[in-house]
Amino acid sequence: MRMKSKRVAITGLALASLLSVAACGGGSSNSPKANASQSGGGSSPTASGPNLKGASFDILGQWTGGEQAAFQAVINAFDQQTGATGHYTPAAGGDEAGVLGTKVAGGTPPDIAILSLPGAIAEYAKPGKIYPVSSAVQSAVNSNFSSEWGTLGSYNGKMYCVPVDAANKSTMWYNAKLFSNAGISSPPQSWDDLIKDGKTLSASGVQVPISVGGGDGWTLTDWFENVYLRTAGLQKYDELTQHKIKWTDPSVATALNTLKQIWGDPQLIGSPQQAVKVPFTSSVDNVFKANPSSALVYEASFVATTITSDKDPAKVGVDAKVFPFPSVNGSQPVVEASGDFACAFTQNKAAQPFLAYLASADAAKLLVGTQGSGFLSVNKNVPASAYNDTTSAQLAQQMVKVGNDFRFDMSDQQPAAFGGTPNKGMWGDLQTFLTTGNVKATQQQLEKDASAAYGG
Amino acid sequence: MTKDAELPSAGARTEESVLPVEGGTSPPVGVPPVGGRATARRRQAPPGESRWIAGIFLLPAGIFLGAVVFYPFVYTVIRSFFKDGPSGETAGFAGLGNYVDIFTQPDSWVAFRNNVLWVVIVPAVVTILGLLFAVLTERVRFSSAFKIILFTPMAISFLAAGITWSLIYVDEPSMGLGNAVVTGVHDAFSSSTSYPGLHPLNDTVLKGSPAKGYTTVKPVSPGSPALLPITGLDLTSPPPNARQAQQPASGPGVSGVLWNDFKLGGGGKSGVIDHGELGVPGVQVQAVKNGNVVATTTTSVDGSFAFPSLTSGSYTLHLPHGDFAPAFAGVSWLGKYLITPSIMIAYLWIYTGFAMVLLAAGMAAIPRDALEAARIDGATEWQVFRRVTAPLLSPVLLVVFVTMVINVLKIFDIVFILQQPAGGNAKYANVLAVQLYTDYGNQQFGAASAVGILLVILVIPAMIFQVHNFRKENR
Repeated sequence: MRMKSKRVAITGLALASLLSVAACGGGSSNSPKANASQSGGGSSPTASGPNLKGASFDILGQWTGGEQAAFQAVINAFDQQTGATGHYTPAAGGDEAGVLGTKVAGGTPPDIAILSLPGAIAEYAKPGKIYPVSSAVQSAVNSNFSSEWGTLGSYNGKMYCVPVDAANKSTMWYNAKLFSNAGISSPPQSWDDLIKDGKTLSASGVQVPISVGGGDGWTLTDWFENVYLRTAGLQKYDELTQHKIKWTDPSVATALNTLKQIWGDPQLIGSPQQAVKVPFTSSVDNVFKANPSSALVYEASFVATTITSDKDPAKVGVDAKVFPFPSVNGSQPVVEASGDFACAFTQNKAAQPFLAYLASADAAKLLVGTQGSGFLSVNKNVPASAYNDTTSAQLAQQMVKVGNDFRFDMSDQQPAAFGGTPNKGMWGDLQTFLTTGNVKATQQQLEKDASAAYGG
Repeated sequence: MTKDAELPSAGARTEESVLPVEGGTSPPVGVPPVGGRATARRRQAPPGESRWIAGIFLLPAGIFLGAVVFYPFVYTVIRSFFKDGPSGETAGFAGLGNYVDIFTQPDSWVAFRNNVLWVVIVPAVVTILGLLFAVLTERVRFSSAFKIILFTPMAISFLAAGITWSLIYVDEPSMGLGNAVVTGVHDAFSSSTSYPGLHPLNDTVLKGSPAKGYTTVKPVSPGSPALLPITGLDLTSPPPNARQAQQPASGPGVSGVLWNDFKLGGGGKSGVIDHGELGVPGVQVQAVKNGNVVATTTTSVDGSFAFPSLTSGSYTLHLPHGDFAPAFAGVSWLGKYLITPSIMIAYLWIYTGFAMVLLAAGMAAIPRDALEAARIDGATEWQVFRRVTAPLLSPVLLVVFVTMVINVLKIFDIVFILQQPAGGNAKYANVLAVQLYTDYGNQQFGAASAVGILLVILVIPAMIFQVHNFRKENR
């Protein structure tokens, strides 16, 4: 189960999974049947790959279960083409950042590691721990991805890492049956429609129309980031991400006031005191369980994994449908995304060819097409037909379509003390905002916490 | 009081069993007793053995302690005076800045305040409860059985105990024992509401709130039936007795219909009884005139109601809140206000048995003749306890109390575990050791070091007292 495991890793431990029983069923329930022969191209061993016979390389990541199986299919295809041998190992305990840090410090880095935070790329590129990509890799990335994705894998203008998969964090998931019960035929397109439909759902007898998983602060930061992207625009988003403008900026107040239209209405989200305790997995279950108490939940494409890991899962695409985060005041379509990048930590001769292969459409098709993978790709040359289900294809296309008009998760780009700690910093401040609705105090506290985390 | 000399030895035995429980992990716990023993041994060295041989034998231990206790401690002190950069590096000299932050940043201030609460409340309550159980179990028949039961929680790891209690504190009465009991008791004394969540779509006809009930905006007169639309009935599982709402016939008195103005699949017209819209049965309706309730009735299966006796004048109709208020959901155990007390209860559950066993051992060492002498002299049981048992037991009481103070200052695991299901309320349960852990996880090593040093400083008085006591009794 990947989700936000890098964040969970901070509180550490299998403990979290011990407590939320629903959370741990995840990956293991997907049958790890790698199905390499499914891809359209690249299955013939005499394909154009370079001859790397005898070369062996290892890859460190945090994927397990279905995701691991899909990635293994990519490795197998690469091995077949080139004669190299790739070994993928998921980091022990899911704490990839910790395992990788120790390996690098100990002088035995893996040949390739998968990083999920752009900040980590800079952290390893600065002291020269990762190697810039070859020109072949660079041209593969340039021709298959929008330039912003290449920039995210770069440091100081040099490309170090290639995008592997991505999550679409601008998705609203809804219970199709409850929507039709309430007579809502098409999902809301705008923020005002969302509020109106929420009221209609409430009138139709749904106790808590919009399920907010405030127990996990990161769901709240994602809400905020989506609203901010739409009310303040891409440029302000970048400035706020880098703390070039303060959290006391009026644009933040606008976003919080917009959020408050939903968060501050008990008819829409139920009691805020209750919402602030609901963990992410429960917020999804509340919408898709047998007797649903909610009709709609906002989060990311990986909600699908949570739904399918339920005991009696709703059918994604039939019972559980999805629509993009609505536009606020006529804003253009934008997407909040997150993703994983592959970086070379050694000069193993198979490393760069493998990165080049990962950036190709062939690898991406395998990655998204393997049964049970749950991966989305932002590779422009992956057709919708490569996906196993239409919902995944729809979510991936949505990301591809916006081109460079997407932004990486803001809190993932903050120092951990501000953007990645349960109940502290951005997570904690938005939880407080959810219960109090005090815009000004929230802004001041956010600014105070941010400047403390930036060492100001 | 005659055999005062015997008690200290009992105390000393207890002391021995106490120290390992604390664990040897924190530096100040481990150091002094070891040093103390070493000095004692040197003093007793038989003549002829030279000091440097002893020195050679002590050297490995000395180097080991230096490496794992002294060096980290000194480094932590130094690090606590430096600022933190975004990813773990030092960013200049901070002076006492990190220490000041503990008291000015909201999270760590809450942690400090909670630690104070823990120290003030828990050791005293553990000692008192332990004493109570020790005294009481001494008087019952199967005292060993009772003691074993009370002591069992000590055999369970904090992790397991924490998870057990997190299940007890689950909000839903169907899952959490705590709220199952609370709601059970509550529902035994007051009836639960029938339609929580029912509300008018807008306030053109009915006005009010779930807490106050709803009142008609316009007055109602006999002969013209009132249409009261309301929404929010769970249409996937409506009340089994609810029927299609009917346009009420105009009878002699005041009448009307209360119906759910929403049909499955939507599409109904607002304010009009459409086919497929159900009446809301069993809701109390009051007819009010000049602020006084003049008549009361209940809606029938199709939502209709009538006051045949009210044949003249105009009335306001009121739907009392009792039918609409949210159902009683029990206590929010891990909510903002109760989370720390809830965790304390779990901690007491674990440690009361421990205190009881130590105190019972202490009581067993009290000479029976002293108690009997007091009884023969005509003392009541309370007087015996107050004047004889308690004073003779005071050294053990003190040991238990001080041990608990030290344990409680370092409290971490049970708080950390019970914070997990609390979501956004977890921050209200913060304690210093948890703060240290989060700061460390965020690579805020300066802030974490300062919290660590503060904890050491807080523990030191208790440690000195403990070591002092230990020495005095050994003499």
